[in-house]
Amino acid sequence: MKSNTNMRLGKPSLFKQIAKNYSCYLFMLPFAVVFILFTVVPVITAIGFSFTDFNVLEKPEWVGWHNYRQLFTGDDLFLDALKNTLVIAAIVGPAGYIMSFVFAWCINDLPPFFRAVLTLMFYAPTLSNIYAIWKIIFSSDDYGIMNSYLLDWGIIDIPIKWLQDSDFILPVVVIILLWSSLGTSFLSFIAGLQSVDRTLYEAAAVDGIHNRFQELWYITLPSMKPQLMFGAIMSISTSFGVGDAITAVLGFPSPSYAAHTMAHHIQDYGFTRFQMGYACAIAVILFVIMVSTNQIIQRMLKNVGK
Amino acid sequence: MKASHRFRMWRSALRKRKVNRSKAGSFVMFTFLIVCAAFTALPLIYTVVTAFKPLDELWLFPPSLVTVNNPTVKNFIDMFVLMADSTVPFSRYIFNTVFITFAGMLLHVIFATMCAYPLAKKQFPGKNLFFGLVTLALMFNTYVTSMPNYLTMANLGWVDTYLAVIIPAIGAPIGLYLMRQFMEQIPDAVLEAARVDGSSEWQTFWRVVIPQVKPAWLTIMIFSFNGLWNLQQSNYIYSEELKTLPFALGQIANGGIARAGVSAAVTMLLLSVPVLFFVATQSNIIETMNSSGIKE
Repeated sequence: MKSNTNMRLGKPSLFKQIAKNYSCYLFMLPFAVVFILFTVVPVITAIGFSFTDFNVLEKPEWVGWHNYRQLFTGDDLFLDALKNTLVIAAIVGPAGYIMSFVFAWCINDLPPFFRAVLTLMFYAPTLSNIYAIWKIIFSSDDYGIMNSYLLDWGIIDIPIKWLQDSDFILPVVVIILLWSSLGTSFLSFIAGLQSVDRTLYEAAAVDGIHNRFQELWYITLPSMKPQLMFGAIMSISTSFGVGDAITAVLGFPSPSYAAHTMAHHIQDYGFTRFQMGYACAIAVILFVIMVSTNQIIQRMLKNVGK
Repeated sequence: MKASHRFRMWRSALRKRKVNRSKAGSFVMFTFLIVCAAFTALPLIYTVVTAFKPLDELWLFPPSLVTVNNPTVKNFIDMFVLMADSTVPFSRYIFNTVFITFAGMLLHVIFATMCAYPLAKKQFPGKNLFFGLVTLALMFNTYVTSMPNYLTMANLGWVDTYLAVIIPAIGAPIGLYLMRQFMEQIPDAVLEAARVDGSSEWQTFWRVVIPQVKPAWLTIMIFSFNGLWNLQQSNYIYSEELKTLPFALGQIANGGIARAGVSAAVTMLLLSVPVLFFVATQSNIIETMNSSGIKE
């Protein structure tokens, strides 16, 4: 179970080292067991099951690449889900990340009290599952807030079916997700900005940096690299993994599958149809997309200021 | 001459509270912030206002966003009445959410803190591999692992029990990651001093480490709290009597505009707890997040 099993065995002192540090392993044991059992092992078994046909009741049957081939050539709904996931991630990910930084940066100039109040206001949407309120805002009848104001101002004549019309669903989803995108990365940026060494700014002012944007580029961003990298991981994981938030507003499945994402497709095949092998193949693809995007972005951010 | 000029600039730079800030720029920025904050806050304010609206005011056209003429607490009472004739009393949903949240959060904080200690302060075989896995686990989310976990739960007989939700929450990688990054800052000398005084590893951990990482455990508490408190529907739970408050909220919100008042009341109830928690711990959270960065 412990992670030391695949250490090189050639080292004569390894067993001694393990024995000497036995208390370290004891400290780690409870968390490590749960973490390995419910996070590490499932990734490996998901990869294994993705090559099988498995309906839970019967034994899994090896089918090779069949599930993957089926996903990309015989499952239009999966391709829609893939497209929706990528579109949402491509908008909400970078926009949320940049917004988190810009707001954190603006807030940082305020006195502590206002800083605390605005931090709460921006972070509050992430604090709770309050997506239900958007059902009322974007309700399809005259009483929905959006519709009633647009009608009142004479911009539209008949109420728009925001949550039923497939032309509107995806944009509405993006707005809602952007609203709640100031999450962990936002907090990390606020903290990072506060910890930048003040004397650097003062020295820079002497050395000819004249406005806040130069200051941002030459001093703030390079000093915040660790937080920027952590924030990127948080934003990427959140923006690719949207599912529950959409379900809370639109139900499952969303009307005419207009906001069907990979998370929903996993849900659909895994827990409604119990086609575990197929659902695992979708999960593996989602895993590969998330981790590889993260690795690419981490590599890019490492080069900031080099 | 040149040196004295430089000195004067230094002095003037130090005298100003912040350098390189034009008044006009600050004004523009502040206005921009207020507008954006209003956009984020409006749905929340509307929720609170709606929770106190009597039924006839829900039907106003156009609806009032930030005012209520005759505030009432009827919606809060209705929320219990409305659910009284359902199969499960409303209070049961509240109990489920509170129980799952506190059990999962407390176990997570204790075990993640214990696990972070050797990872931050000791050298032993397997340490880097394990922390590498934790960092990698931040890069994907629970949708990826949901299916194999279902099978594991089924084999353990945990499907449709509280355990199915509580136990996996204990091993959330984000909590361990933040705790370890924060713990790394504890000076080794402090731990060394405790050791010289003859305290065991466990005593050192309990008496020296735990008090020093208070901001971090408050932070991972609120992260864990959020995840569990907001849990809408678990794939591993079917019984109505094990379902959570956000799930009940979803059911009420399906009732449309006539239920908007009750729906807002539940939302407000759901939102108020994490908000109060966050307000109370904000400075600790910021202190913890300061060490959240990925070090190369």
